[in-house]
Amino acid sequence: MLTVDRVTVTYDRTPAVRDASLEIADGEVLALLGPSGSGKSTLLRAIAGLEPASGAVRWDGDDLAGVPVHRRGFGLVFQDGQLFPHRDVAGNIAFGPRMQGMAAGDRDRRVAELLELVGLAGYERRPVTELSGGEAQRVALARALAPRPRLLLLDEPLSGLDAELRESLALDLVGVLRRAKATTLLVTHDQEEAFTLADRLAVLDEGRIRQSGDVIDVWRAPADERVARFLGVTTVLPGEVTDGRMSCAFGSADVPWALTGPATVGLRPHALRVASTGVPGEVVSRARRRDHTRVTVDVSETVPDVSTVDAVATMADAARPGDEVRLTLDPGGVAIVG
Amino acid sequence: MDPAVARAVRGLSRVGRRGPAAGGGRGAGVVALAALPIAFLGVLFAWPVVAIVRLGVTDGGVAAALAQAQTWDLAAFTLGQAAASTAVAVFAGMPVAFLLARARLHGFGWVRTFLLVPFVLPTVVVGLAFKALWPGGGVATIVLANAFFNVAVVARTVGGLWAHLDRRAEDAARSLGASPWQAFRTVTLPALAPALASSAAVVFLFCSTSFGVVLMLGGGRYRTLETEIYLRTVELLDLSGAAALSLVQLAAVIVALVIGGVARRRRERAAPLRAPVVTARRPAGREWWVVGAALTVVAGLLVPILALVVRSLSTRDGWGFDGYRALAGSGDGALSVTGWEAALNSLRTAFDATVLAMIVGVLAAVALVAAGRARGRVARLAGETLDAALMLPLGVSAVTVGFGYLVTLDALPGDLRTSPMLVPLAQALVVVPLVIRMVLPVLRSVDVRLRQAAATLGAPPARVWWTVDLPLAARSLAAAAAFGYVVALGEFGATSFLARPEAPTLPVAINELISRPGEENTQLAYAACTLLMLVTAGVAAVIDRLRAPHVGEF
Repeated sequence: MLTVDRVTVTYDRTPAVRDASLEIADGEVLALLGPSGSGKSTLLRAIAGLEPASGAVRWDGDDLAGVPVHRRGFGLVFQDGQLFPHRDVAGNIAFGPRMQGMAAGDRDRRVAELLELVGLAGYERRPVTELSGGEAQRVALARALAPRPRLLLLDEPLSGLDAELRESLALDLVGVLRRAKATTLLVTHDQEEAFTLADRLAVLDEGRIRQSGDVIDVWRAPADERVARFLGVTTVLPGEVTDGRMSCAFGSADVPWALTGPATVGLRPHALRVASTGVPGEVVSRARRRDHTRVTVDVSETVPDVSTVDAVATMADAARPGDEVRLTLDPGGVAIVG
Repeated sequence: MDPAVARAVRGLSRVGRRGPAAGGGRGAGVVALAALPIAFLGVLFAWPVVAIVRLGVTDGGVAAALAQAQTWDLAAFTLGQAAASTAVAVFAGMPVAFLLARARLHGFGWVRTFLLVPFVLPTVVVGLAFKALWPGGGVATIVLANAFFNVAVVARTVGGLWAHLDRRAEDAARSLGASPWQAFRTVTLPALAPALASSAAVVFLFCSTSFGVVLMLGGGRYRTLETEIYLRTVELLDLSGAAALSLVQLAAVIVALVIGGVARRRRERAAPLRAPVVTARRPAGREWWVVGAALTVVAGLLVPILALVVRSLSTRDGWGFDGYRALAGSGDGALSVTGWEAALNSLRTAFDATVLAMIVGVLAAVALVAAGRARGRVARLAGETLDAALMLPLGVSAVTVGFGYLVTLDALPGDLRTSPMLVPLAQALVVVPLVIRMVLPVLRSVDVRLRQAAATLGAPPARVWWTVDLPLAARSLAAAAAFGYVVALGEFGATSFLARPEAPTLPVAINELISRPGEENTQLAYAACTLLMLVTAGVAAVIDRLRAPHVGEF
């Protein structure tokens, strides 16, 4: 188990990470989610032992302060792979086992095994310069897994890839991590990536960990408005929770996890749907997305707490700027903030 | 005709004939750009060298000289001392490269600038400094003096690439279980190999043709091909022997150039211009040992320089500025001009040489870039040949070239041999290759898409060059000019052969002064050395402010 205890990393006297604490249980995938510049890569590097930091990083209770990078047994995958250009695929993957002094025959078997795992069987002799972006990331993953690290550190592993590839590789990655039973810390700014891969989530902002917990808990109950907005909430308004049911200006929804009392309600765009009934408003703008239409609706006359809200309509919906529409609440997009 | 030169010349004339047919309009443009550099190289280098070699060959003694064991002993000693000097320079240069590229230490920014000083110091000055430190001379002194010059080449070339390397490749290796040393050996060193090889090849070239150092420190005992050519040409008038030695030297030089060229191509391909990544940080743990080693090397480089300064300030009765006051006079009858006049003459000559070298060098670099982008194999091959041919002046004895001038240049209208432009032309020949090496990588690394963007916005080719390439390369051009200026300022080999007695440059005057007896002469020589170093250091500081980070050599 990894324990990060009040770690602070300082660059040129400005702290990039302050007092960060988190835990990752064996076999668990934790996503460290934060906007760019939030200090998440710095924290990952500090855990790897690549940045000097104050506070403690422990593995199963042992302080790693005096343990150099190469003795920590933490595998690392960078956004752009950082494959060694002067070695072929097998040479890259065999690097870690070679450092451990593994015999050549065992190394070859290990390489084949890992190429199988990441779906690139037979790629041993390919030059890494000729791999596509997705293949390169798979090789980087295989390379990091080859020496059987006790912790895998993934630094935005999919961010350098195009959208379609990112999606399919994310699903593959879930499979690989489960099969390898790798304890993993994933750093990303992409919530989709985090939701796809992680069991638990920690949200980092301006160098501080704002919230951590199970993915679904964080998603439906962000700690504050900043976290909520980072997790996709576009509208925040006051509401009331009574016996597991929330009600606000746009309607009510079941929130069995929430405590009774006044609450701040966070709405993601798909919490509000264009329908035949509901709160009226005037469409301000419209944009077609991949599988729906996003509309911005002026509801200042009916809901004075907010002026405009983001909502979704079906692809076929013909709502145009200026049109009068009605918005109905979809419980799937509701969060209780705080 | 010397076969290598002949081949080069033939290769070049082939560009002229086939270029336009093969490459259409662009080919014609390349040839037009290359015309001046080719003419310059042909008239001021190939022709005199070929003439001297032919003079030797018609004498008939070349075969006999090549058969002599002494020739091969000389060659072996030349290459041996060059190899040893290169090894020392690489060994000493690597920690310094680390210091430049990876260590962020407050108060050590001057190291980068300072490193240029030894490189551009006149050989006479360095010879003098090492002689003052080790009066006995010997092979070790020659090797150390040669390495002294060239540590900067290794440190700056390797350091440039090193600063450019993504630190995360090492991080990846470390996370896979490699110790810092293993990570360096298995990841960093292979990535640095092209820079290491190309700088080692250049250093080897410089060391195997080093003249002033060996002349001053070798005494009568240790001679290299270069000093032997000088001896045979000037004192023994044994032209066939000199020609044979020139051939041997040329062969060695071409081998070094080919190795360096291959390495350089790999490097230019491997390191495109990227957004600069800050890779320097405060050293930690054992890195301090490397920093310590680097600072030891820097201290070692400072010793001869400080020795000179100290020597220039010490008089028979304590400290004083006698030597500097003597600059107003002409020594104890050693010079026909005053020290200040020699200094002024140096500055003027170096200025002319720099202007010439910039015109020729930049045209050549632009032609080489265009040839490298051309689709035809002939054009690319021609470009590579021109590239190598333009480096040859670095590797051919200045004495051969200088003597060649004396036998050929009278054939031109307006006898160049007595013209004051002769020395700047000869210096420009030495400076042009350095200008090309500094400017070419920068021009090549200009993203072709920027150029395409400018073209789609309606800029014709010349306009594209003017509005895209030039601004991006401007700093490097200025740095190359400054660099060329100090190299011309310190040039000794060719200048000593060609300078008229009534207009010596400072290095020539220094050599004249120290070869004469008399306290005043020695004092004046050391003061002049210090003056030269100050100018050099000043210009070096300017170069460092100007040059584009991480691209280009030296």
